This record gives sequence, structure tokens and C-alpha cells, in this order.
Amino acid sequence: MQLKAENVSFQYGENMPWILKDINFAVESGERVGIIGPSGYGKSTLSKIMAGYYKPTSGKITLDGESLPQKGFCPVQMIFQHPELSVNPRWKMEKILNECWKVDEDTKHAFGIEKDWMGRWPNELSGGELQRFCIARVLSPETKFLICDEITTMLDVITQAQIWKVLLEVSDKSNLGMLVVTHNMALAEKVCTRMIDITKWNK
Amino acid sequence: MEEKVLRNVLEINDLVVSFEMYQKGFRKKKLEVLHSLSLDVKEGEIVAVVGSSGSGKSVLAHAVLGLLPKNATMTGNIKYQGELLTPKERKKYLGREIAFIPQSVDYLDPLMKVGKQVVGVYSSKERQRQLFEKYQLKKEVEDMYPFQLSGGMARRILISAAVTEEPKLIIADEPTPGLNVELAMDTLRHFRKLADNGTSILMITHDIDLAFQVADRIAVFYAGTIVEISPTGDFLAGGKNLRHPYSKAFITALPQNEFQPLKGTQPYAGDLPEGCLFAPRCPKAEIACNGKIAMRDLREGKVRCIHAT
Repeated sequence: MQLKAENVSFQYGENMPWILKDINFAVESGERVGIIGPSGYGKSTLSKIMAGYYKPTSGKITLDGESLPQKGFCPVQMIFQHPELSVNPRWKMEKILNECWKVDEDTKHAFGIEKDWMGRWPNELSGGELQRFCIARVLSPETKFLICDEITTMLDVITQAQIWKVLLEVSDKSNLGMLVVTHNMALAEKVCTRMIDITKWNK
Repeated sequence: MEEKVLRNVLEINDLVVSFEMYQKGFRKKKLEVLHSLSLDVKEGEIVAVVGSSGSGKSVLAHAVLGLLPKNATMTGNIKYQGELLTPKERKKYLGREIAFIPQSVDYLDPLMKVGKQVVGVYSSKERQRQLFEKYQLKKEVEDMYPFQLSGGMARRILISAAVTEEPKLIIADEPTPGLNVELAMDTLRHFRKLADNGTSILMITHDIDLAFQVADRIAVFYAGTIVEISPTGDFLAGGKNLRHPYSKAFITALPQNEFQPLKGTQPYAGDLPEGCLFAPRCPKAEIACNGKIAMRDLREGKVRCIHAT
């Protein structure tokens, strides 16, 4: 499969500056594309557009030539930088984990999600533990592309290595396409198959 | 630098912080999050505190600055330049001699333009403009509100706000995430320069790479206490010079090294093991590890492990 940005331009309001201008690129299944660049270049904006959270001002995002589905499960899923902001604070972890699919035991085990975390509230888990939930819950069999926006930036290196190890295994096994936004060059070199320098795009 | 004995600017002795929380109904429970923690920062020294998220690093910063919430109790003592840091002392020093670089923009006033916030109570517009230039912030940024800033811009604002008064002690809580490498390095070089001019910096971070670049000593935090304090050189030399098994695992997990994770997770503050907090994940754990493990001196550093050599 192919997730493609065609002539995508984006601005937050009519008279606001252009964040992205005529962006063209594609991610194939099984590929892990790193997006590298300084802050303020629209990396996070691009992630949200690719995942269908924002509509591009002009241009379009296509999945195998079709636009992203507006109803039902979206095969393009996003993982955010701040797990504590991407869970419902009034839900217990079990409900959060199974929000979009019934997460199987293997996945739970692979991410080291422990049984007694299930009954806890999100504020009783650390960022690294929460991020495991946020990743596991989007790895449904229907997910074909993952957009990872600085998903381990807030975590320590051991947790980072733990999370990426599992994520790489899963993505290889299910032939996922990934867009990896990061500042960390060493990490990008370790996990990505191809890298794009966002500063090379016209600004 | 070794010849003269440097004064301790910040000294933390046996600090214990616990939070009181409600369990069911009106029953209360005490949750201890920092356990007998001792740390000192000398004049002109950068001490980096590294550790995983949720290990209580920010609580340490907040304890020093008196920012703990009302349900927190604290024992042990914190001294600034040899003086006990009481609320009255804090009032005298905070914002002038002691500065804080918080973790996120949430610490800024959302309804005040950032330029004005950087000027603060004691500084001037001129100084603020100078700092903005230094941190590559455009002049328009001055008139923006915090919600209009990108992550990196916000970070630079927070840093410039902290250094306006040329403080003697800076407590920086994750000063670099959201910055690209050059800017992060630049910030750290700036810290180094401040330190070389006598400012002491306690830098809390999970980015050990950056800590390597500037810190004089690195303190490794695990589950609410410090398990090792060592000169940065020992970390740069790879795992073999390190004292604690957790610090060694930290080095191995770096993407530029093996990128191999350590199994298991850090214990939850409400459910800590007896004795050594690291024992459940430690390959060398034995019965003796279930006793109380104190911090001890070992080769120019300190470690909280009975096996360390």
C-alpha cells in the first residue's frame, strides 16, 4: 500500500503564514520514513495531516489512490508525543487500551503491559508506561500506516529502546508503513529505512 | 579546578518526600516518592540528574524550589550556600539568585505576552531583547502569547526568562526537549559558559547524550532515589567504569550504542520492593539485597549497590 501526500499545502487560517507548501512524498508499506528537521518547520502539522486529523488547505492525502475514509476505522493511525494528553483521564487503563480493538495477549506481553496496570487511572502511570498503551491500542490488524510524532522524545533511553524494539518487530511482521518524526539523528538512523530533511522542502 | 575546595551551593541531605492521597472514601494513604536522597552541587558545577520518566526527578526540582503541592510532606533538609532553605529564604533568592527553567509552557501565564514575562519583575526590556537575539527569537515573538509558540520557541523563552538576572543557581527541569540538536547544544554551551563563570546548575533530564556534553557529574535516578553519582568521564568511557547495574543498562540502551533495552519496568511508588529498589530487574540480585542499602563512596563517586566495585 502507499500513503501519499499530493501537493499538500497548509495554513492554520486564511491570513496566516503557510506552514507547508506543495509537499509531495509517499510512504510505502514496510518502509519507515524519518522526517528530520528543526522545530517550527511543521513536522507535527504534517503528521496530523497525514493521519487525517487536519484537512490540507489544498492538495490531498491518498491511501492507494483513495482519500482517507471518513467513517469507521482509519488504517492510518497516529501516536503522539505526549501520551498523558492522548488518553481520557476519566477512563481506566483497560478501557483506554481496548478503545479501538481488543488488544490481544501477545501485544500486551510484547509491550510489557502488566495486569495490575489495567485497573489504574492514567495519572497513576508514568509517561513511558502510558505510551505503551497508546501504541498497543493502535496496532489493530486493520492498521496499515503509523504516524509517530516524537513518540519517545519524552521518555528515558531504556524505555525508548524497549518501545522501539517491539515497534520494529511489529512493523516488520505486519508490513506496516511508518512515518517517524524525530530530532534524534542516532535514533532515526537506527530505526528508519529512509530519511527526509524537512528543511530541504521549500519554505 | 581540583586544587581549591569548592563550596557547595546546593546541598540536599536525606530528602524524603511523600504525598498524601485518598484511597477509598476518607481513608488516606501516604505515598513516598523520594527516598533518602542526598545530592550536592558545587560552585560552577553542572550536575545532571538523569533517570526514567516517572522516577520523581521533577519532584526533586519542585522540592528545592518549594513548589510542592499542599498534600506533600518533606523531611530532610535543603541548603543554599550553607543556609537552610526556608520559605523566607526562598522568597529572598528565587527569581534573583535561584532561577528555574520549568518543563513546559504550562508554567507561563497564558494571558500575558511572552516578552513581558521574560522581563519579569526585576529585569529590563533591553536585556530581554538582547536575550531574544541570542536565542534566535524574532522580535515579533515578544508580542505573542504562549499558545502561539512552537515547542522549541517556548523552550527558548523559558530559558531566556531564567537567565535574565544572571543567577547563581539554576534548576533546569528538562531544558532541551523540543529543540533541534544545534539549538540544544547551543543552550548547553550557554549553560557551560554560565557555569564557568561560577553559576551552579542542576539539570534534570532524561537525555543522557546531552548531559554527557556539559555535565561535570551525573546522578542516576531510579524509582525515587539516586543510585549512582559519578564524574561524566566514567559514563563516556562506556559501561565498564560505571558502578550501578542500572547506569550500565542506561548506556547500553542508547541508540548509538547497542540500543538494547533492559527488561521490566520501574516499580510504582505505591508498590516498592524491600531493600534495593532495582533488585527485581537486577541480574546480580541476592538475598542480601533485601536489606537497607545505603549510599556509599566508591572511586570518586557514590553508589547505592552492595555489588558495585
